[in-house]
Amino acid sequence: MSDRGSADNQRVVEFRGGGFAPHPRRWIGLAVFVVLVLFVEAGTRAGLISNLTLPRPSDVFATFVELFQSGLLWKHLFPSITRLIVGALMGATVGIGVGILIGLFSLIRAGLVPLVAAIFPIPKIALLPLFVIWFGIDEGSKYALIAFGTFTPTVVATYGAVDNVDRTLIRMGQSFSLPWLSIVRKIVLPGAMPGILSGLRVSLAIAIILLVAAEMLGAEYGIGAYILEAGSLYDLERLFVGVAILSILGVCVSTILTLVEKRLLRWRV
Amino acid sequence: MNLQLTQISHSYDGLEVLREIDLTIPAGKIVCIVGPSGCGKSTLLRLIGGLERPSNGHVLQLGSPPSHSLNPLTYIFQDFALLPWRSVAGNISLALEDHNLTANEIEDIIGDVLARTKLADFRDAFPKQLSGGMKQRVAIARALAVRPAVMLMDEPLSALDSQTRELLMDDLIGLWSREKFTAVYVTHNLSEAVRLGHSIVILSGRPGRIREIVEIDTPLDQRQLGDPELERQQQHLWQLMRDEAEAADKELIHV
Repeated sequence: MSDRGSADNQRVVEFRGGGFAPHPRRWIGLAVFVVLVLFVEAGTRAGLISNLTLPRPSDVFATFVELFQSGLLWKHLFPSITRLIVGALMGATVGIGVGILIGLFSLIRAGLVPLVAAIFPIPKIALLPLFVIWFGIDEGSKYALIAFGTFTPTVVATYGAVDNVDRTLIRMGQSFSLPWLSIVRKIVLPGAMPGILSGLRVSLAIAIILLVAAEMLGAEYGIGAYILEAGSLYDLERLFVGVAILSILGVCVSTILTLVEKRLLRWRV
Repeated sequence: MNLQLTQISHSYDGLEVLREIDLTIPAGKIVCIVGPSGCGKSTLLRLIGGLERPSNGHVLQLGSPPSHSLNPLTYIFQDFALLPWRSVAGNISLALEDHNLTANEIEDIIGDVLARTKLADFRDAFPKQLSGGMKQRVAIARALAVRPAVMLMDEPLSALDSQTRELLMDDLIGLWSREKFTAVYVTHNLSEAVRLGHSIVILSGRPGRIREIVEIDTPLDQRQLGDPELERQQQHLWQLMRDEAEAADKELIHV
């Protein structure tokens, strides 16, 4: 090739790599949300969206402020959060415990995995009347429903996580003659922690869903009770206030989990 | 403490991997085990250290390990086997925590082995921050911490690049020259074997049997890269293994 020819023909090699690697973009999530709310607000004001289809966001906000000022917000929020914490704590604790046992002992695995598989697809809401008979119409049945709902996904995530612990690390522990309990405590548990925590994300979201279901029966106060009451009256503003509170609750739970993950899983890349 | 293997045979689900291995591992020597892939050399190492039970035969400890030894048979693994959630010091202390040592004693041991493996500056680093060579140094430090009677090394340098391998081989020779430890060193790399082995056991293809044991008399610290005598030994080993390695390469994998 002559010098002139190569000069005419030269071009930069086209870039074709990159992508497929998500990285954090701050505020984009918030911006999407704000744009969506502004769109609905403009639509309802302009009459494009009738008030029967969607309530005006500013009205929903006014209703929320009213709820806050009347002091009823805490009256609803406090029992709900208590139920959520007690129920989810019971379900997750027992779930992680049973999951680890399934992961460690073949006999328990053989006995319980089919049982868990049988319980998992049952819509727990359907069992609420049963729980009311077993645990009473008061808090007992609500705790039980939330606990039961969080239990199954936690078990499945936990024993999956224990199964995925690097076996070479366990062999290493054995090769240093670590006692069985030390292997479980120092190798299996921390190794399963990422899987357990991502399982908890799902379980706790389910707990919030079940919170509303649990408050269908025998609850005077509670976010779920508030939503159901508003729903039966077709009071869309109050319905949306309740739904928004649940969303915020979900975001809070997820944020707390992210913090816990950051703390416990600092060693991860 | 010597180790003696008598009539070791082993099979997995009817597939025979090792047949009638008789071998003595003398104290203070490094025994290298080489062989074509799939000849069961790693399995043999797991049998020696009691991580697996042989189908036949047994491994004997002749004499008792020194009383200060916390874990007489200690492994060094190919993939390092470090806990990613523990720092360098934490990984070493893992091996010491269940031996009723005081915090001070543990600290002393960790400081000592980190100095011996030139890791003192990396005490609080996490494994993900370390290069492959550094990770294997941590694993070596952890093994030294429990004062083993016999070190069982399963292709310890195979996951490393060739330059790091040279550096670590020098380190291993340095460690051995200072304190004559006993080791069984499994490798598929013949140049490692002739550099580190006092004797080299050549296994045949599956089922693995001892084909030949080659003794190399040159002292470890006088073996240099490119030494003609070592080259000759390596050539000899390769002649012994070549056909079997080829056969092993062509074999279908039975899962």
